[in-house]
Amino acid sequence: MADYEKIEINTLFEIPALKPGVMKDSSPYVAAPAHQEALGFPGELVDDWQARAIEKFGELLKRSRALRVYLDGCVKCGACTDKCHYFLGTGDPKNMPVARQDLLRKIYRRYFTFAGKYFPKLVGAEDLTKEVLDDWYSYFHQCSQCRRCSVYCPYGIDTAEISMAAREIMDHIGKGQKYCNEILGKVHKIGNNLGLPEPALRDTLEGLEEDIEEETGVAVKLPVNVKGADILLVTPSADFFAEPHVDGLIGYAKVFHQAGVSWTVSSYASEAANFAMFIGSYEQMKQVAERIRKAAIDLGVKRIIFGECGHAWRVAYSFMNTLAGPFDFLDPDYPVPQHICEFTWDLIEKGELKFDKSANDHMTLTFHDSCNVARASRMGDSPGGQFEIPRNIIRAVCNNFVDMAADTIRESTFCCGGGGGLLTDDLLEIRTKGASPRMTALEEVVEQHGVTHMAAICAICKTQFAKVMPKYGFGMDRVVSLHQLVSNAIILDGQLGSEPGTDVEPVENVAGA
Amino acid sequence: MLSTIFAILFYLATLVMIVGLGYKIRLYALTPAPLKIPTTPAPVTRRGVVLRMFKEVAFFESLFKSNKWTWLFGWIFHAALLLVVLRHLRYFTDPVWFWVTWIQPLGKYAGFAMLAGLIALWARRFLVERVRYISSPSDHLMLILLIGIAVSGLMMKYVVHTDIVALKAFALGLLHFDWQPLPADPVLLIHLGLVLILMFIFPVSKLLHAPGVFFSPSRNQVDNPREKRHLAPWAAALDANRSNNGGDS
Repeated sequence: MADYEKIEINTLFEIPALKPGVMKDSSPYVAAPAHQEALGFPGELVDDWQARAIEKFGELLKRSRALRVYLDGCVKCGACTDKCHYFLGTGDPKNMPVARQDLLRKIYRRYFTFAGKYFPKLVGAEDLTKEVLDDWYSYFHQCSQCRRCSVYCPYGIDTAEISMAAREIMDHIGKGQKYCNEILGKVHKIGNNLGLPEPALRDTLEGLEEDIEEETGVAVKLPVNVKGADILLVTPSADFFAEPHVDGLIGYAKVFHQAGVSWTVSSYASEAANFAMFIGSYEQMKQVAERIRKAAIDLGVKRIIFGECGHAWRVAYSFMNTLAGPFDFLDPDYPVPQHICEFTWDLIEKGELKFDKSANDHMTLTFHDSCNVARASRMGDSPGGQFEIPRNIIRAVCNNFVDMAADTIRESTFCCGGGGGLLTDDLLEIRTKGASPRMTALEEVVEQHGVTHMAAICAICKTQFAKVMPKYGFGMDRVVSLHQLVSNAIILDGQLGSEPGTDVEPVENVAGA
Repeated sequence: MLSTIFAILFYLATLVMIVGLGYKIRLYALTPAPLKIPTTPAPVTRRGVVLRMFKEVAFFESLFKSNKWTWLFGWIFHAALLLVVLRHLRYFTDPVWFWVTWIQPLGKYAGFAMLAGLIALWARRFLVERVRYISSPSDHLMLILLIGIAVSGLMMKYVVHTDIVALKAFALGLLHFDWQPLPADPVLLIHLGLVLILMFIFPVSKLLHAPGVFFSPSRNQVDNPREKRHLAPWAAALDANRSNNGGDS
């Protein structure tokens, strides 16, 4: 792999010249037979893989209108060609969304369309060969399913749907990706991506309780498996120990404490992430989502709230009702599920939280919209709430906030480079290069506005940035959790150092806050 | 003889286009969308979706966000094509509908605008490296076909006039199954021949983007997954395996 200790950042978003094939060999480790078989996929590439792939392809076409319409409808207008962060970062033409789709489309045309069956050369149809499969494996694992291309496509063609279908086909012929499939196995077996068992989870959370009490003097609890609690918190397992994720978790706990609600995490469903979305498996995704339903029923909670995680929020907000609903056993007065940002912002709007904004004065913040939150979900009641609510919270708890360039935020946000099942060391090269558009935008506000930190609401974004930012000359601690900012500024009742006589009134315990 | 061949071809092409498009549209309509995947921010009501789709189809809103040149050339071509097609209704209506008469003057200029848009779009396929890379022979041929139709049409308007009265009699004859002779002008035959090809390939080519856009889940879905459970029939069958308490599945 190439050496990039310090990558030079373009000051402009230059569209690179095409460099065909430069990322051809960037492909992730193939799943071992044990990881494959645990999910019901063949252990290794089956002998009649061509026939099986076409058969699976045909099944998917019958199951998904999106796949059919997107494969038929592209006119090759080129609108998407300069929109993918992996293309901008590598210049490999197969990272242009349309070219990535064409890897699957040329097979669709050859085997499923009149034109491709009888005039393959004319319409760019090709036989499914080993070379094509290798390209599939490389380039469908250089897509983070961030949907930026879909925003700009005149037909809304979503490359995420295409790469999910391709990965689903590859899983069914025995060529799955190690990272995603191994993790899914852990979720089924232990309950979370990290394989963190219940005793370790309890231990970790108790440790956090001690830390908070030491720091604030307030006994903020992080309960596990409490039956009859009002709220089930489902959060990415990285929140339990990774930096800066854990500081966000402390923030949620403080908000829950101050709101006076009873809440719990579940050791059975101790993971918000649902990597089954990345591999495009509806059945796997459903199985993982059903854990949360079961945990909610078993614990008898009234509400479900999700922590900061991008793709998890997409699955939770957009898919969970479909996959594991109906959730008619929960309190109908609240959306199912709720995002922690919705919960916190609601309290702020009602004036139920008090902050000392100067606690964040050592930072000037910007905000990275996570792709799955921005383009595949919503917060609040109106479209675009997913952009406003996190920013509103930041403005409520920080004095210094600046947005990055308009074409790199909100619906035009750039992926961190590590989404879609790419957050693995064997893909570090593409991850690093894919982060370059975001790093370029960050560099701009750092230089122009003295931005010191970038807040995120996604476990993958946080891990990815902590890893690749040093390669761009930023410290790994420059990425922070949004609720870490809340945690810094929130004034808990009875907190140490909250000066007597200042205007910190006790907040009533409103169970339904 | 020539008239008979063209008459038969037009019936055949119409049949292929209607049956082919009907088949594809039926397929799109009947294939379920298992999950809610609107590109957000998305409308939260059905009415909002209709507005979003209207802006997409009438103004190419997403393309406008993406690339102003492509938008300009593409929109000019499509808008001009629409006017030109409407203008041609005068060959199929007797008496000519009043609004078709109104747009005749506009339609003349539209022919040039259509050609200009097409040439600009074709130029992009050579001049922009990224677009050159993604272009198949069929993408070039489609533009050549449309340019051929536009040029032959303009030729008849401005260079070698054809017998419009006889042509209209032929067209109306097709509609009323009362076949009339077709003027044997080479330019007219080229024009009609290219239009026939376009009709034949419509259901098996990228021209499917026209009906397809209306079925695109990322554009036509309402953003209301929390309020309303969305469930595809094949996915509902998977719920049957779930025990009633929702637990041990």
